[in-house]
Amino acid sequence: MLDIKKYLRLSKLPHIWCPGCGNGSVVRALIMAVDKLGLSKDEIVLFTGIGCSARTNVIVDFNTIQTTHGRTLAFATGFKLMRPDMKVIVITGDGDGAAIGGNHLIHAARRNIDITTILINNSIYGMTGGQYSPLSPQGTYATTAPYGNIEPSFDICKLVEAAGATFIARSTVYHIQLTADLIAKAIAHKGFSFIEVVSQCPVGYGRRNRMRTPYEMLMWQKEHAVLVQQAQRYSLEEMKDKFLIGELFVNKEKREYTELYEELRRKLAEGGEG
Amino acid sequence: MKEGVIALTKRFKVVLNTKWCKSCGICVEFCPKKVFEFTSDGKVRVMREEMCVGCRSCELRCPDYAVEVREGEEE
Amino acid sequence: MSLKEDVRFMQGNEAIAEAAILAGVRFFAGYPITPATEIAEMMALRMPQVGGVFIQMEDEIASIAAVIGASMAGFKAMTATSGPGFTLMQENLGYATIVDIPCVIVDVQRGGPSTGLPTLPAQGDVMQARWGTHGDHPIVVLCPATVQEAFELTIEAFNISELIRNPVILLSDAVVGHVREKVTLPDPSRIRIVNRRVTNLPPEQYKPFAAGPDGVPDFAYRGKGYRYHVTSNVHDEEGFPATYNHKVANELIRRLHKKIEFYRKEITYYKTYRVEDSDVLIVAYGCTARSAKDAVNMLREGGIRAGLLQLQTLWPFPGEVVEGYAKRAKVVVVPEMNMGQLVGEVERCICRKAVRINRVDGKMISPWEIVDAIKEVFSHA
Repeated sequence: MLDIKKYLRLSKLPHIWCPGCGNGSVVRALIMAVDKLGLSKDEIVLFTGIGCSARTNVIVDFNTIQTTHGRTLAFATGFKLMRPDMKVIVITGDGDGAAIGGNHLIHAARRNIDITTILINNSIYGMTGGQYSPLSPQGTYATTAPYGNIEPSFDICKLVEAAGATFIARSTVYHIQLTADLIAKAIAHKGFSFIEVVSQCPVGYGRRNRMRTPYEMLMWQKEHAVLVQQAQRYSLEEMKDKFLIGELFVNKEKREYTELYEELRRKLAEGGEG
Repeated sequence: MKEGVIALTKRFKVVLNTKWCKSCGICVEFCPKKVFEFTSDGKVRVMREEMCVGCRSCELRCPDYAVEVREGEEE
Repeated sequence: MSLKEDVRFMQGNEAIAEAAILAGVRFFAGYPITPATEIAEMMALRMPQVGGVFIQMEDEIASIAAVIGASMAGFKAMTATSGPGFTLMQENLGYATIVDIPCVIVDVQRGGPSTGLPTLPAQGDVMQARWGTHGDHPIVVLCPATVQEAFELTIEAFNISELIRNPVILLSDAVVGHVREKVTLPDPSRIRIVNRRVTNLPPEQYKPFAAGPDGVPDFAYRGKGYRYHVTSNVHDEEGFPATYNHKVANELIRRLHKKIEFYRKEITYYKTYRVEDSDVLIVAYGCTARSAKDAVNMLREGGIRAGLLQLQTLWPFPGEVVEGYAKRAKVVVVPEMNMGQLVGEVERCICRKAVRINRVDGKMISPWEIVDAIKEVFSHA
């Protein structure tokens, strides 16, 4: 049985999130994955940016670095290049990762640098009080979309796939065991790995979008998520308001960035032209 | 202890850390045996510990790490 | 063992790259921008040769972020840019100051605002270098006037950065960046190199932001049991957010500034030229100091006793130095390739008006312009 307290900074609990927030569960899933892989706390560097998702690394006893809004992957890229021996993990949110950090996300994916990115998608900017994000579904309500959000949203997994990431998965807080398993696979994958975790913000999002309790939001996740292995059972029409979960894309052929750089240096040292 | 009825007689201790619990109600809803309940002032409390079957759904789903299910003495 | 000096003909940007490598830089992240691009090109060539890393990032925001990330891993890191890119770097520059992370940022100034005069020199970023990022933050800005100085001040930029664990800005300009001059490279063994202080406390006793009298905390490498937290929020000595703690906030911000004050003398660089008996003191920096030096000689030939105080450290502003040299001067002159940025600081310190010479058309201020401006003052005296 997993002793989660072994991985937590107990003096930082209770954490600052609202009742029913999914962030605590995502942290649990990460810890389950780390425990499953048998990694030491010392070899993990957990980077975050700004927002509710950024508070995840306050409570875990890894090497933890919180950076500026959206820029986390750029910080993590510099760190990883100098310490390729360490497991670099980034936790971001839908605002932090897909809006202000969108450019860094696609470029980290393009380089295929060995960083695992967990994007907690709660469809809202929680820390600032409920504004719509690029992942807020069209038609939903937010403090900055009082008449309903007219903007289409990204499919962030497809975006990251097109950008060149080599491991892509999606899960939900409801499917916490699957989330943990996918995070473990992502960390074990050599290359840029990306997991979108559909999560709940009962206070900033649910309240404004006819989901009154954290339980209702978790059940929404259960009812709208379709395992990728079972997707063929559904018609296109049925899939319209659903989303796929599971391992969505894997590419084991594309070379990893720090490895390519090391190879370049080695060739130079041997007297080649690179 | 009689053979064959171990599962039925196994007892679990359900520990709720009230300092960490934010009474979000997730454990109340997911518990198949209704071990948890809201009190009249909206706090979550362990009310029917003896009903616990040890599925640990509460522990797994609690976003505040406030529930712990321990295996107790067998009768 | 004989020491080996090396005399070379080098471009300013090239000298900065070579000096950085000698200072120990092993990570460079950058984004192409005129007139700084040669530094990135040099680093792309040299970093993998010396076991370091060069990466061209997606923008300047990412460049400085990667640099800070590399420095947090324990390595000396730098980036180079010009005004527009420097503007993009400002937020993360502030991040580096609040988390005590050393790094060097080269700003090869060009005419602004905005795209401005992309290929032409200016000195318009003096105030941006000081106050570009928000909030009260400590910063050190060094400013070379020659290729030789670009070489020397780059090494000092790294030394200061490591000494006080803070970003240092090397404020160059398109003239110094692109001019080719003779440079004497010292024997590498004679170069003074400073590395950040590393803790000798065990992990359980280590507090990443606790500091002694100089205000500078000791560094700890990752992966060896030091699993500390770093946050851009106001934080306590252990590195955790303390955003409702006024006492902690007050102590942190004051500690950051103390680092500069504690080492103020050691980080103040300047040069003087014929100031012993000067009635006219020209206070200049960067490429403008080159013209000012010529102007001093021309004025003296014409019977006016002029001298030059060339500031190499612009920030923290060396007020006492300026005040001291200005004491006996009847006239203080501040030529700048901007609308008058450092002159305000000079006037504040000498408690009187200075003669301003300003140029914002992308052309250097010539020695004759300085001479004429000073003669004009004397003709009215």
